[in-house]
Amino acid sequence: MNSLVLFLTVFVACAVEAVEALTIVLAAGLTREWRSTFQGMAAALVVLAAIVAAVGPALTLVPLTGMRLVVGALLAVFGLQWLRKAILRASGYKDLHDEGAIYARQVTAAQAASGGGRGGVRDWYAFTLSFKGVLLEGLEVVFIAITFGDNQQNLGLAAVGAVAAVVVVAAVGIAVRAPLSRVPENTMKFAVGVMLTSFGVFWGAEGAGVSWPGHDAALLALVPLMALVGLGYTALLRLAHATAAQASPDAARPVEGSTV
Amino acid sequence: MTRWLRSFGTFWYDFVIGDDWRGAAVVALALAATALLVHVASVNAWWLLPISVIAVLGWSLRRATARKP
Repeated sequence: MNSLVLFLTVFVACAVEAVEALTIVLAAGLTREWRSTFQGMAAALVVLAAIVAAVGPALTLVPLTGMRLVVGALLAVFGLQWLRKAILRASGYKDLHDEGAIYARQVTAAQAASGGGRGGVRDWYAFTLSFKGVLLEGLEVVFIAITFGDNQQNLGLAAVGAVAAVVVVAAVGIAVRAPLSRVPENTMKFAVGVMLTSFGVFWGAEGAGVSWPGHDAALLALVPLMALVGLGYTALLRLAHATAAQASPDAARPVEGSTV
Repeated sequence: MTRWLRSFGTFWYDFVIGDDWRGAAVVALALAATALLVHVASVNAWWLLPISVIAVLGWSLRRATARKP
């Protein structure tokens, strides 16, 4: 895996998470109160920094084979989650992840919630909303950067990719002061799902003791294979969805909502 | 305390496992089977995990799109 692929994979994956965190922060800040929102965001960043400080040095003590087995398994499971959601959305079985609609829902909930502060926080609702959003999405950013960076023995470049994604998304968010609803999020999620699953399969199997034919070059076959499988499943489900919609309009409704 | 532990567990379950636990279960089983084949039977089973992942993705999608009567 060359440096550019490592950087781009981490950058795109982390940008998707940053867009989701930004949507929540903007909803809390614009409708409630900016000071408490920033306090929540800062508290979440402190917790994330503590997790990185605790987990980072521990990772260097784990043998690389064991690390690849665990990280590969986690990445494959993560990738499968992302691919499953992206395929269900692309084929119409799940509502598209609409940041605009999510932003509107968060705004309505934030406006309806009662005020009240605790300690140095003036608006507890804005604080907790911002804290939870940044911590949850931030954990995914940290996980992606650490696993990819550690496996490629280039934690520095992975960290740069993650930070660059967060900075770019935050800068665009501040400039437009609105959720980034025009980002083709499902396409990005599909691509990230393919990459996470492929690398998870590669590292997981290596950690289990497998020797891949062609060594690292096996990834050049695994990534297109997972992409083709994902596109194939999407085409099949689209066809099934269209057929079901023709037979009964009721069957065309999404079977899953879009909460995540 | 019990409520906190439950919400802590739920958070990590959602974070790692997600909507369908079958994906995680099949990945774990396939990795265990791969390790057994490699270390016990001396079979370089590089093909087992990709096949398992592709199969469980299809299974999970089929379950998600099958409507109950």
